[in-house]
Amino acid sequence: MLKKLIEKSQIKSPWIVHYDCGSCNGCDIETLACLTPLYDVERFGVLNIGNPKHADVLLVTGTVNHRNKKVLKNIYDQMSDPKLIIAIGACGLSGGIFKEAYNVVGGVDKVIPVDVYVPGCPAKPEAIIDGVVEGLAKLGELQQQNKTDAIAS
Amino acid sequence: MSKTIIPFGPQHPVLPEPIHVSLTVEDEIVTEAVPAFGYVHRGLEKLAEKKDFNQMIQVVERVCGICSMIHAMCYCEGLETLMNVEVPRRAKLLRVIWSELHRIHSHLLWLGLYADAFGFESVFMQFWKIRERIMDINEATAGNRVIVSVNQVGGVRRDLSPSQLKWILDEITVVEKEMKSMESTMLNDYTVKKRTVGIGVLTREMAYELGASGPVLRASGIAQDMRQLKYEAFDELDFEPVVEQDGDCYARGVIRFRETMQSIDIVRQAISRLPQGDTFVKVKGKPEGEIVTRVEQPRGECLYYIKANKTKFLDRLRIRTPTFANIPPLAAMLPGIELADVPVVILSIDPCISCTER
Amino acid sequence: MILDTLHLTKETLREEVEKMKSKGYRFVTITCLEIDEDFVELLYHFDKDLELIHYRMQVAKGTTMPSVSTIFFAAFLVENEIYDQFGIKFDDLVLDFGGTLYLDEDEEEVTSTPFCRYSVKRK
Ligand code: SF4
Repeated sequence: MLKKLIEKSQIKSPWIVHYDCGSCNGCDIETLACLTPLYDVERFGVLNIGNPKHADVLLVTGTVNHRNKKVLKNIYDQMSDPKLIIAIGACGLSGGIFKEAYNVVGGVDKVIPVDVYVPGCPAKPEAIIDGVVEGLAKLGELQQQNKTDAIAS
Repeated sequence: MSKTIIPFGPQHPVLPEPIHVSLTVEDEIVTEAVPAFGYVHRGLEKLAEKKDFNQMIQVVERVCGICSMIHAMCYCEGLETLMNVEVPRRAKLLRVIWSELHRIHSHLLWLGLYADAFGFESVFMQFWKIRERIMDINEATAGNRVIVSVNQVGGVRRDLSPSQLKWILDEITVVEKEMKSMESTMLNDYTVKKRTVGIGVLTREMAYELGASGPVLRASGIAQDMRQLKYEAFDELDFEPVVEQDGDCYARGVIRFRETMQSIDIVRQAISRLPQGDTFVKVKGKPEGEIVTRVEQPRGECLYYIKANKTKFLDRLRIRTPTFANIPPLAAMLPGIELADVPVVILSIDPCISCTER
Repeated sequence: MILDTLHLTKETLREEVEKMKSKGYRFVTITCLEIDEDFVELLYHFDKDLELIHYRMQVAKGTTMPSVSTIFFAAFLVENEIYDQFGIKFDDLVLDFGGTLYLDEDEEEVTSTPFCRYSVKRK
């Protein structure tokens, strides 16, 4: 019963943790802008929290560099399954304009698996919200998969 | 009491950006603070060897998304001097308008985050709501909300039509009114004062010696503002640097609040003086020589060193950003304060880590 | 256009900087640029009442320089940065990151001294 409740609420009210890799702040503040009155994602039940252990969705902005890839991996490992990873902005997708810089590894998917890509430089708040909503469908699938995996094993 | 070392960051709820500070605390008092960097370092200056000097405009805009317009302005100004280009007056004033709009939105953003740092969430929401008006102006006039990309070597890419100008004036009047309604909360509220007055004091001498810049410097009683250098069109605009004497977190808040009002005034002046004419001149040739340009960003003084050798690619581009200058004062401010005040003090310098590390 | 600069050598550096401090100048930053295979140039920028003064000095790559961070605390960041990027080491830094300000030691992908076209081994 409790499991069902958790599953349902994970879709209806996803909790979000935001981590900024080497972002230029452009995507960063757009992500924050989603929380503020004009866009107000809380009306969809989306809640921003600081603790990765409580979160269902990880938003990553910016390029990955050699130092923060460890931090990113760490945050990813701390989150409990099923989890949804969303990469935001051209930087998060591929490295964007900084791709050729010497300290840049590339997109987020070089380090952790990414479920949803939100393009734009910076990505608009509408696009980010859209990305999260798209991702929730995938989260539902992941839940199903986890269940079948559990039965199989 | 034994010492405890508390790591602060890189991922922390009050920090929008990753910076790591290891705090040594005794009881509740911080005795030592050692910052660590590198989480945002991209090696952006080095890109000048791979992208030509026109493409670099887009790169320097992304040093920091919040003051992107001003970065590009500083860079273009340097190149224009090297190439002996006289920028049309209208372009100069347009640059001022966009750069001051950036200052307004940056300060509003900071005021919100700052309120959030001491837990005043509704103020955070209010300021960010006001800020959306400026973002709308950016989007309507330049096509993007944050990175407006209006600069080019020789002028600006976009023009403002009379109806747009009128609309901007209307919007900033509303912003001004809404700011006024926030004034008593931000400046006189008991709880706000309790968390900020007398916290993280930087004396006048310390601020000067440690090389603080921007609002941090002016909050300690030194009236230094790079706009006094009269770059772009600031020679005909009327303004006085905003100064406060106390040097604490509260003073830094007041400075930014008053500067927002001042920027609104500067935008008005610039619009009223906007002449007719071209918005850019055609630029031929390649830059040669070296130059240092400085502009005032929302966070303080920004210095560009450009060395060019008459080829497409610059020899060296060096960017000294305001937060880079404000980190040493921060390291000096942290010891001696309570652990609970650390987020407030760190935010009070308006840290922009992507600027610092580039 | 070439900047107006005053000349400086490694020996007179600290003395000259002390003098600037007593004259009431504020330390702005140091710029490092690569000249050729063997030399880099250091530019020290100081500011007073919106006037900038630049000092220029050429040093060989791999030299150890006296640090000015004991005179101007603000210099420690930029000196660490230069060590990271150009491999010029500074003595008596107040806060020494030892070349790991931006880059980690165990990274092979990034060469040491990434800002030099002709990279040198850091000491
Ligand atoms: S995608 Fe663009 S706006 Fe976003 S972090 Fe990268 S450079 Fe900045």
